[in-house]
Amino acid sequence: MDSHLRGLARALRLTLLIALAVLFLIPFYLMVRDGLASESDITAPGWTFFPHTLHFSHVRELFDDPSVPMAHALWNSTRIAVLTTAGTLLLASMCGYGLARIPYPHANAVFYGILGTLMIPSAVTFVPSFVLVSSLGWVSSLRGLVVPTLFSAFAAFLFRQYFLGFPGELEDAARVDGLGYWRTYWRIVVPNSQPVFAAVGAIVFIGSWNSFLWPLVIGQDQSAWTVQVALASFATAQTVNLHELFTAAAVSVLPLVVVFVVLQRHIVAGVERSGIDD
Amino acid sequence: MLARLLGPQRRYLWFWVFTGPFVVGLVVFGYVPLVWSVVLSFFDAHDTVTPRHFVGLANYASMLGDAAFRSSLATFAVFTLFIVPTTFAVSLGLALLVHRLRRWRAFFRSVFFLPTACSYVVASLIWKMAVFNGVRFGLANTVLRWFGADPVAWLSTTHPPWYWLVIVTVRLWLQAGFYMILFLAGLQRVPRSLYEAAAVDGARPGWQTFRYITFPQLRATSVAVVLLLVINAFQAFDEFYNLLSTSAGYPPYARPPLVYLYYVALGQGQDLGLGSAGAVILALVIAVVTVAQARWFGLGRKEA
Repeated sequence: MDSHLRGLARALRLTLLIALAVLFLIPFYLMVRDGLASESDITAPGWTFFPHTLHFSHVRELFDDPSVPMAHALWNSTRIAVLTTAGTLLLASMCGYGLARIPYPHANAVFYGILGTLMIPSAVTFVPSFVLVSSLGWVSSLRGLVVPTLFSAFAAFLFRQYFLGFPGELEDAARVDGLGYWRTYWRIVVPNSQPVFAAVGAIVFIGSWNSFLWPLVIGQDQSAWTVQVALASFATAQTVNLHELFTAAAVSVLPLVVVFVVLQRHIVAGVERSGIDD
Repeated sequence: MLARLLGPQRRYLWFWVFTGPFVVGLVVFGYVPLVWSVVLSFFDAHDTVTPRHFVGLANYASMLGDAAFRSSLATFAVFTLFIVPTTFAVSLGLALLVHRLRRWRAFFRSVFFLPTACSYVVASLIWKMAVFNGVRFGLANTVLRWFGADPVAWLSTTHPPWYWLVIVTVRLWLQAGFYMILFLAGLQRVPRSLYEAAAVDGARPGWQTFRYITFPQLRATSVAVVLLLVINAFQAFDEFYNLLSTSAGYPPYARPPLVYLYYVALGQGQDLGLGSAGAVILALVIAVVTVAQARWFGLGRKEA
């Protein structure tokens, strides 16, 4: 009797999970459906679950449309995300290593100085940051979009925590071989820390690709638009071409889904490590 | 003298070789703008970042005297009251469901986590144009029609304020999977022996076990999740901007603080003095809210 009830409970939980999974996937389905469907299928009075014909030509039309600089925006986003990720990994990992492994009397003061900026919500600082960047003359430039975002206290913090737990024997062996800090770091530490680089790199890349407020503020000329800013211009346009909008959305999400699926194990590990500060 | 600065085996030098580039960048792009902004907040700075006209606290007075600014704080409060409990409950619920799975666990975890890859802009567009489109062919209105109800103009209806449903569900969809991961990590750390002991003591699996074992054991995770949710709610900009602004501009309702600040500091006026004063006030508000929460949860005290 009891095992029957338990079986029933399990079946109910599984049904609930499947229903929730479907619910969570519906937005993706809508995006792809509306991207490939003809305008008349989208706006038809009756709901069409599967469009009558799939128009893969919409992707080509999107890139041919001169009114929305989608190709250029994708190029901008790619450059920005790659540069931001590479720069952040380099700067934050070195900083984290120095804090964790090189004895220095005031290391704690430096560490708290870095942590302090985590207390200030970054979005509140967009006005002051804009003030600085505009006085440097970096508005609507790649520099303005990348450089101010390179100094992620969060990434430095993650690297420091990771390197605190890095096995000291490996470094000792390098020391015996006569390697200094610099060569120990590049030859021993970095090659043996790939998972943490993958985790932080993926998180930074996704964050950079998806960020909106800063590119909106800085990318004022169309030539400096990122994908997100270009997409947002659809939302406020006078007339909206629905299938073009959703094709653009799908194209912008695709690279991330790939990054996400490939690196998911590392991302999950990184998120788990970041959320709990004890 | 030089030898002392460099430290034993030049360790101090190497410390700064490793941390220096990051620290200098953080000072230039983190601390300098903050200080500059505090200075600007005491000046009349229309369209300029090097103002000469000192106005004292006038920017602060006009910011606090502006009904629109105060209502943006109210919008933040309402938004937080909606989003924090719902995201907390949904992500905890998902974690509990996924945690009990043996097979298919990785699959369901991926499905719920996948929206994290989506940007707020993309999700807002899907919500605005496909799910909650005010015309008949929107998904929500299609479902309503199946039940014989009239279509609703979700984003422009203020009585009742249906737009909150759109705003809250989009963020819920985007964030729930992320917090689910945090809860799953927390669930993994609950010692199995506690459940065994509870079973010996006659605790029934299900609600009793959750109430007296699981939930108390998730305390640290729960506190972290609530703090993160509130800070993130405070920073909300993307979905409000993309859901509500139109070619005609932003509607007079549902303006959270950052949207308000965006239009003051970077809109037509480019009043950077006023915008800076607003940023300073908001930074203080968030500091007070965070400290109050930390007190409320008893953070910083040694756990028994």
